Amino acid sequence: MADDAVSSGGADGVLPGWEIVVGLEVHCELKTRTKLFCGCANSFGQEPNTSICPVCLGLPGSLPVINKQAVELAIRIGLSLNCTVDKSIFHRKNYFYPDMPKDYQVSQYEKAINENGFLELPLSKKVVRIERAHIEEDTGKSMHVGGDGGRIHGAVHSLVDYNRAGIPLVEIVSAPDLRSAEEAREYVTELRSILVASAASDGKMEEGSLRVDANVSVRRLGVEEFGTRCEIKNLNSLRSLVRAIGYEARRQVALIESGEKVVQQTRHWNEDQGVTTAMRSKEEAYDYRYFPEPDLVPLEPSAEWVTEIRSHIGLLPASRRERLTSLFNGVSSGPVYDQIVTAVGLGLDDLVAGAVAKGAEPRLALARATNEVASDLGNLEMLTVDNFTEAIRMESEGKLSATQAKTVLGKMLESGANAREVAKSLGFEAMDSTVIEGLVDQVIRSSPKEWERFSSGEDQLAGFFVGQVMKLSKGKADGKIVTSILRSRRS
Amino acid sequence: MANLAKLSLSEEEELMYTDQLAAILDHARDIMALDTDDLSPTAHPLELRNVFRPDVEAASLSRDEVLSQAPASEDGRFLVPRILGEAP
Repeated sequence: MADDAVSSGGADGVLPGWEIVVGLEVHCELKTRTKLFCGCANSFGQEPNTSICPVCLGLPGSLPVINKQAVELAIRIGLSLNCTVDKSIFHRKNYFYPDMPKDYQVSQYEKAINENGFLELPLSKKVVRIERAHIEEDTGKSMHVGGDGGRIHGAVHSLVDYNRAGIPLVEIVSAPDLRSAEEAREYVTELRSILVASAASDGKMEEGSLRVDANVSVRRLGVEEFGTRCEIKNLNSLRSLVRAIGYEARRQVALIESGEKVVQQTRHWNEDQGVTTAMRSKEEAYDYRYFPEPDLVPLEPSAEWVTEIRSHIGLLPASRRERLTSLFNGVSSGPVYDQIVTAVGLGLDDLVAGAVAKGAEPRLALARATNEVASDLGNLEMLTVDNFTEAIRMESEGKLSATQAKTVLGKMLESGANAREVAKSLGFEAMDSTVIEGLVDQVIRSSPKEWERFSSGEDQLAGFFVGQVMKLSKGKADGKIVTSILRSRRS
Repeated sequence: MANLAKLSLSEEEELMYTDQLAAILDHARDIMALDTDDLSPTAHPLELRNVFRPDVEAASLSRDEVLSQAPASEDGRFLVPRILGEAP
């Protein structure tokens, strides 16, 4: 089989002479209190089957009523993605699978509430078209008992939890505009930031509130016609997404180059083995028998309502990036710009902008936010803008060395204490410059040869002296102060 | 079609349903022959639009009560026969 012939290793390998074409379907759970059609709680991690009622269990006689907040959040997503918001209707998608007790899923098939939008990627500056962003209900969760690792193959029976059945989702469908696994990663990252910034979703991939399916095909460079595509499911992280697209593209190229054809099918990504495998046989024709949902009347959002919803959308990532780039002379590429994209992507831009407004040095604030703070995002709420500003100021004023400042920030995130308290408790008292001068002189005396070379212009030896002083001071001396003392001693 | 709907029909039933479906298709053909250019599609027989409920939590059912009515359950979940297909 060609599957076996393709290496699963490597990152987003470039395939000479070929182009990868990717379109993504992103399912995003909406941050409502209740489900889409009933008052059951919409929350993650509850005991199985404790958030279920006659509506989401599809019991006879029950009728769905649309959650207004879900529609509002869906419109927020559409507006954030530059879509046209218009009237829409719901359809039933019928199928034989026990993850929906009703035996159908309610979705928007013919007419989606949001259509024809676009999203601009911050790094590659590419504009990706959004075909539609429609409302649908999530399905229950099945566990397959007796099989290998929860998969269907060899399962004896399945266990179903309907807590998730009926949770409101928006499915965002992109045009096939992405040309590499990296672009796909950038798209999902940016989309996630938009969903979080518009407060429509918490965007947590690890909790399944953001799920991605990738449509992947390949074509020879210069060919306009699209190749046959495969849809890949079970992509639970950005890493899976990148690896799966890379693997799938190599698999398809290997098939074509060996004279075989790509068969249009749905494939499952296996994270452990790093391969995609066919999920359904092609003989099985699926007919979802879509028909208009008779129990739900059409949605016709008025222009006033849409305008009102638009006014509730906060600052979106593009504007957030602009706010930060304006602090750095409008930078639009390079390492500082990359840090800005990271800060906005991680939701750290308020912290940086806030600190700078209170007088923190912009570059240092951005660097500490995207490195030290970013490494402990779970504790972000422990860090106030004032405390962060103080830590940055102590570092730029030389009261803390870079190493000390990093340690202090780490502790501040853990404890919520302010920078001065933490610095004091760690013994990071500001080292008096006369003490540092004494240490510098001590090092100069013990390394006369190096000092002579440094004095005669070998600047690279500065690092040696700074290192020695640091060692003596146990890291408490500020490198910048040490360097300036060294230079003044030399002249 | 019986296959798609996962129904097992006897030969007699198959004949009967084929006749009935043919009659329905004939009727659909009659309707399609009408000139509907000036009519907008009916999304719903009712004139109602935008029927909403507020995003307010209501009580859910007792799990024990629900599961007691299921044919089988295990670990607080519905137990269903081995699934052969994948979720769509």
